[in-house]
Amino acid sequence: MTPHLDGIVIEPERYELIEAIAESEWTRRQFFGITGAGLIVALLAGDEAAAQQPQRGGQRGGGGPPEIGGWVHIGADGAVTAYSGKVEVGQNVRTSLAQAVADELRVPYQSVKIVLADTALVPFDAGTFGSRSTPAMAPQLRRAAAAAREALLDLAAEKSKAERATLSAADGKVSGPGGKPSYTYGDLTQGQKLMKVIGGDVPTTTADKWTVAGTSAPKANGRDIVTGGHKYTSDVTRPGMVFGKVLRPKKLKSKLVSVDTRAAEAAPGVTVVRDGDLVGVVAPTEYTAAEAVKLIKAEWDAPAQVSAKDLFQHLKDKAGRGGGGGGRGGGGGTRGSIEDGLKAADKKVTATYTVAYIAHVPLEPRAAVAEWADGKLTVWTGTQRPFGVRDDLARALGVAADKVRVIVPDTGSGYGGKHTVATATEAAILARKVGKPVKLVWTREEEFTWAYFRPAGLIDVTAGAKADGTLTVWDFHNYNSGGSSLASPYAVPNHRAEFHPTDSPLAQGSYRALAATANTFARESAMDELAHAVGLDPLAFRLKNLGDAAPQKRLKAVLEAAAKQFGWGKGKPTEGHGYGLAAGTEKGSFVASVAEVAVDRKAKNPVRVVRVVTAFECGAVVNPDHLKNQIEGAVVMGLGGALFEHVDFDNGEILNPTLGDYRVPRFRDAPILETVLLDRKELPSEGAGETPIIAVAPAVANAVFQATGERLRAMPLVPNGWPK
Amino acid sequence: MPNVKGLQVNGADRATDAHPDRSLLSVLRDDLGLTGAKYGCGEGRCGACTVLVDGRAIRSCQSRVETVAGKPIRTVEGLAAGEKLHPVQAALLDAGAMQCGYCTPGMVMSAVALLEQHPEPTRDDIVAAMNGNICRCGTYGRLVVAIEAAAKAMKGGAK
Repeated sequence: MTPHLDGIVIEPERYELIEAIAESEWTRRQFFGITGAGLIVALLAGDEAAAQQPQRGGQRGGGGPPEIGGWVHIGADGAVTAYSGKVEVGQNVRTSLAQAVADELRVPYQSVKIVLADTALVPFDAGTFGSRSTPAMAPQLRRAAAAAREALLDLAAEKSKAERATLSAADGKVSGPGGKPSYTYGDLTQGQKLMKVIGGDVPTTTADKWTVAGTSAPKANGRDIVTGGHKYTSDVTRPGMVFGKVLRPKKLKSKLVSVDTRAAEAAPGVTVVRDGDLVGVVAPTEYTAAEAVKLIKAEWDAPAQVSAKDLFQHLKDKAGRGGGGGGRGGGGGTRGSIEDGLKAADKKVTATYTVAYIAHVPLEPRAAVAEWADGKLTVWTGTQRPFGVRDDLARALGVAADKVRVIVPDTGSGYGGKHTVATATEAAILARKVGKPVKLVWTREEEFTWAYFRPAGLIDVTAGAKADGTLTVWDFHNYNSGGSSLASPYAVPNHRAEFHPTDSPLAQGSYRALAATANTFARESAMDELAHAVGLDPLAFRLKNLGDAAPQKRLKAVLEAAAKQFGWGKGKPTEGHGYGLAAGTEKGSFVASVAEVAVDRKAKNPVRVVRVVTAFECGAVVNPDHLKNQIEGAVVMGLGGALFEHVDFDNGEILNPTLGDYRVPRFRDAPILETVLLDRKELPSEGAGETPIIAVAPAVANAVFQATGERLRAMPLVPNGWPK
Repeated sequence: MPNVKGLQVNGADRATDAHPDRSLLSVLRDDLGLTGAKYGCGEGRCGACTVLVDGRAIRSCQSRVETVAGKPIRTVEGLAAGEKLHPVQAALLDAGAMQCGYCTPGMVMSAVALLEQHPEPTRDDIVAAMNGNICRCGTYGRLVVAIEAAAKAMKGGAK
């Protein structure tokens, strides 16, 4: 579901509305061509996908053929393989999907092979974003696996003539009472080519009866990771492969005026490729390619561009014009009257909060290996949208989509940053020109400059409460960063929350939790300001304004759990320290963070986060240890954006495109982390990779206020020492 | 300058024919097929490319291959003895100290160098020694726990 509270439905960000093209060309023969003989159970996902993802489903139109969402295969040797279009970017989806399948098929999860993100082998998937893998993909594969188990029981009953009800599946076998009869799954599938297509109505094991899901199964391919054996895109090699490198202008939005490639062409082993504004080289080593690019003389023409110092004024001035990157404008639900709410308020807060552009900095930069053979293109690349990249490549290269295969090896992270196709397109163009497989790995500087950023934003808040702390009014306006978590989750009778698209000077797009971080920062900071204005404890103030609606109760529960674990209200911080809390909800899950900070305004790093307690609730927990890992990681990542991460830019030039100049959290920045999981087995499992990041920055900002009495309203809070 | 004709990697002499200015990282990865060490930044600031030369952790993206010719080089591929993982590798697995895993080989090599030089590091020693390695997924706390566990295991002779 879209984030919605109290009947408020919020438009998703436009950059998540990826055009989905229905796949219908799969035939039974194609299925068995991929899997070999055995039993296949495929799930029709069309209806379910549409029900669970109304916007994306709607994009496809209602008349298309039903889609296969995922399928499970039991081989003639009894091996279990599940196929899904999701990608593994470190969120451990390979493990959690195996757990779901293993649960239903009664096999050890380690024996389940999960095939992901190869457009020639897996069903269409719009992409791995929006925290959909756990709530949408896992139940689909679970249904397919449950149906496969039932089909195996049917086969065993038929084969043995035993009463079907006396048979049961366990440990990869179907057995009757006292072990008679007893068949391995392979005994039942051998020599068969059975295919079953099911709808969404297959009963599955409820969370309270899970035996494999719900446990801390270790990472599926962990051994390959620690031994260096796992092959990321940048590790892929192909026979005859050469290395590509693309010429980049100094400034964004540059147009090529003239280019002199003679010196590069004269370098031994080097081929220069020119395709429109793309100028690149191909060489036998990366070093030779990089040296050759330096020999190219080019003139570029770039328009005058907005600089960081003028950014927020620009965003506000251009509101209502252009698309920005944050999607369609519009409201997060208006109710009551702002005017009446202001009149009813005894205390008011009016404040403006800002959020800088930040970079994803996936440790594996964008990379692609492209290979042409017989007019067909195969590309290995790290992306969160394998099918989108396939279609984009087909368009860019002028070939049919079925001539393009995109393979996504488990990738060196994404955080929402790997939706675009540029690296793959560049590699494909270079490879076509030289007639050899080409590897192209973006440098860190290219990654910082030529990808896209989390949107910057400006948020104006006017809020008011009665003297007893009851909220009377909430008026919230986000410029540019987006509509996620736009509406206040608190009970407030007069409410307006609007997103105003504007003109973004830098390329922007998805980032872990999208605008929920910006909106939660502004809202939870303003809530803190209002709590102080009415003289209430920030926790008590929040609890007072949460009612009995289900989402509000869930938010209350995480706030109370985090406060309890932290010891909120049980003592005062020491000199120079402060405590702060914040909470929020996004993607169907709920989080509260409580932070302790130590502040020394004169220090180079004036804010040190000492401890963060996070309480998190995402329905039934699939893998407690991996969930904790995701929460801890989100908190650490969130600290970067809270404290110091920011993209600095001047007239089209990124000024800090290196890890020396763009600071990310390191070992020394990591606080003591404590997580409290609220496992709600009666509720569906929601995604958890994003939401735990959203309350970090406001908790820290609120703690800084307690320590210093100063309210920092810009993310990052302390980009270059204490703000002047 | 002549090309570098060979490197001593993981106890074996490996033939190369590499331009002397190329990085050790690119020669290991592209010429010798040892892709465990990763490119992360090309500035020596993320640690994903860490390997050991003469027992010390170095940033192979910043090391010209000529400067390490003739010196013993160890990479993540050389750590496990057959099926038996090095205690640092085993400890990272036990602690679940990874997400995407791209930084992991560099983390492993930095930790091995630390523990070989300081078998009983304090938590502060670990943080100081590892601070040059970035885990963008943010598993620092787990990595510290894992390195402490590895130190114990190595001291116990579980080599």
